Amino acid sequence: MTTATVPPPVEVARPRPPAPRTGRQKMNRTLKYALLLLFVFVVLIPAYVLFITSFKGPSDADPSTAWLLPTTWETAGWAKAWETLAPALGRTFAMVIPASIISAFLGSMNGFVLSRWRFPYANVVFTLILFGMFIPYQAVMIPLTQLMQVLGVPNGIPSLLVLHIVYGLPICTLIFRNYYESVPGELIEAARMDGAGLLRTYASVILPISTPGFVVVLIWQFTSAWNDYLFAAFFSSGSNGPVTIALSFLAGGQLTDYAASMAGALIASLPTLLVYIILGKYFVGGLMSGSVKG
Amino acid sequence: MFKKVKTWGPALALISPTLVLLAVFVYALIAENVRISMTNQHTARPSSDFVGMENYFRLFGDADFQHALRNLLLLTVVFLAGTLIFGFLWAWILERPAFGEGFFRSVYLFPMAVSFIASGVVWRWLLSSLQTDQSGGERTTGLNRLLDSVGLGFLQNSWWSDPNWGIAAIAVPAIWQLSGYVMALFLAGFRGIPEELREAARIDGCSEWKLYRYVIFPQLSPVMLSAVIIIGHMSLKLFDLIRAIVPDANTYDIQVPATMMWVKYIGSDYADSAAIGTIMLVLVALVVVPYLVYTSRQEKR
Repeated sequence: MTTATVPPPVEVARPRPPAPRTGRQKMNRTLKYALLLLFVFVVLIPAYVLFITSFKGPSDADPSTAWLLPTTWETAGWAKAWETLAPALGRTFAMVIPASIISAFLGSMNGFVLSRWRFPYANVVFTLILFGMFIPYQAVMIPLTQLMQVLGVPNGIPSLLVLHIVYGLPICTLIFRNYYESVPGELIEAARMDGAGLLRTYASVILPISTPGFVVVLIWQFTSAWNDYLFAAFFSSGSNGPVTIALSFLAGGQLTDYAASMAGALIASLPTLLVYIILGKYFVGGLMSGSVKG
Repeated sequence: MFKKVKTWGPALALISPTLVLLAVFVYALIAENVRISMTNQHTARPSSDFVGMENYFRLFGDADFQHALRNLLLLTVVFLAGTLIFGFLWAWILERPAFGEGFFRSVYLFPMAVSFIASGVVWRWLLSSLQTDQSGGERTTGLNRLLDSVGLGFLQNSWWSDPNWGIAAIAVPAIWQLSGYVMALFLAGFRGIPEELREAARIDGCSEWKLYRYVIFPQLSPVMLSAVIIIGHMSLKLFDLIRAIVPDANTYDIQVPATMMWVKYIGSDYADSAAIGTIMLVLVALVVVPYLVYTSRQEKR
């Protein structure tokens, strides 16, 4: 999150030479793994329930078998969930991808300027930008609904696109600023000596080395916009909203089809889970540099 | 003067889109929100008579809002305690390289990638105290059922359906979701401590426990502060998870300012809704502003 106190993204695995083992250490080791495994089970309980319940049919409705594997593996829940969520999934992709790319680019320019091109009160400006990522959006929500109406941005995906770009700017700026702080100053000095102006330096020196920063920021923006519910609740409805809204309609209400809603929860989480599994290292990098949204 | 403009002019131009957007969407809207909160716009029909602080006084005198504030405090305390305990414990166990370390880390952290809405679906089932079956009878289900069948029946409870402590049950999934994140913060902290420090302490004859107690742990206090700020401010804003677990937004037991703001908005009481938003902003600012000032000072040094 904010700057100095959180250490920069670290490569978390750093091997150290193993110490010689005594009997007591062996016991500690056993205890350690027992604890680790116990916690794995506890953490995975909800995932287990999601998975088994999503395959259950009416024959398994009795609570006495709630924790057991399905007696017959039925896919009716998945079919219903897919049917309900598919249109919303498409809309969410159409909103989240451009929103991430645009806010990442703006964030990269801001980060460059704020880390390398000092101007008067740069620090004050940075703090003012940063504050935007901490505010509870409830504190702007009522006038925001009016403003979007005045601007003529239609409800649903267009509104959410604008909002995720704007409110993503602080965190993107922060991540890029921290990233560019680590770029050697000589690189920029050299470009300046060669007479390159600000834009030239950015385009020919900074952008080419920004890929890791972009990966972290894009993952971060993708995940938080995909998982957003607050803006979606205020600015969209079941017919034009993103997947979180569609899922909350599928799972909400007093009489819930648990198989369908749990299958829906799995479908809705799949994109972000895949990102996490494939690009886990960068995901953690984003968390480290600033995870305060949501 | 002219030369100055030439050097920092382009820089300002490059960040001006962001500055304009945030000036409007953050600062101007906050001001407008405060204005709305001081009007009598309590119905959908536009009305903007200035009533000063009246809405705030009424809210703070309202038993429901007081209950929501109390709930928020309880939620924050439990949420903070839980994530810090688990996060720290996991980081401490995983701090030294271990077999399968990457696996454990990934499992503990994965809930962070899932939305509160999706995890809320399963937690709603896990935290349901009773389920009505077709014949009209009530049977236990969810976690209660599990606790019962492993001999921990005495731990069964009504979870969130309790006006006094129900909100603490909401903290359970929140802890599940964010402990891994706190672990990642602490792990980075542990790994940032130079090996020489440990070596020096060992050479001085420090026992392993004393090494941690007097050398390692004190080094982690900045990380701890970050974790408290991050989790604390997330707790103040928590909304999705409550909406996903509790079907009816207007449920007294689990009301917090964020959900109450939504209920007022749905009821077209824009003035009260805006006032609650402002109160939330003040609460968050009380936590975050000193921290922002502190970190920007630290950076200057």
